Amino acid sequence: MIQALMYILIVCCIMCLYRIYAGRTPADRAVAVDILGIIVIGFCCLLSVSTRKDYYMDIAIAWTLQSYIAVLAIAKYLEGKRFDE
Amino acid sequence: MMNEIIGCFFLTVGVLFNLFGCIGLHRLPDVYTRLQAAAKSATLGTCGMLFGVFIINGFGPTGMKAILAMIFVLLTSPTAAQALSKAAHRSGIRSWKKQGPGESREEKEIRENP
Repeated sequence: MIQALMYILIVCCIMCLYRIYAGRTPADRAVAVDILGIIVIGFCCLLSVSTRKDYYMDIAIAWTLQSYIAVLAIAKYLEGKRFDE
Repeated sequence: MMNEIIGCFFLTVGVLFNLFGCIGLHRLPDVYTRLQAAAKSATLGTCGMLFGVFIINGFGPTGMKAILAMIFVLLTSPTAAQALSKAAHRSGIRSWKKQGPGESREEKEIRENP
């Protein structure tokens, strides 16, 4: 059951990686990186349920905040601003 | 036993929402429509999966961490999507338009590669 859900999420990751490879504009690639970060959080959920360990939830929290800051930095870069304004 | 069944239901619904969001990211023609399809459905799907983990584990440390991660995802993902769409708009990416009846090849080229 959990293994089938993991296979479905791997298909989602491959779709996001294709969009990173073939996206026409840099904004497309940034959107795909954002969605890939969110999918990794879901993968941490499945691993936490299947292995009964609780440190995967710590990884999920840290990954959420790190992905948020990374996407904001990419958005600033796309907008043409420097990082300190 | 019952909470595991309900939690696995929430996990399945979340994975399906993630799958539909990624199909939208794969198929739609424009950065704005891709953001519209992917950001919202992936947020709801991941929140559903974290809620499923909370239901399976109860009010222990794992469940509370899942609730905390759910709050963070609900706060940060729409904000990041809004910042990305604003940056795409300001960097000059035009939105997609459907092809008209009398459109020449050069106009089609411009429309497909903004």
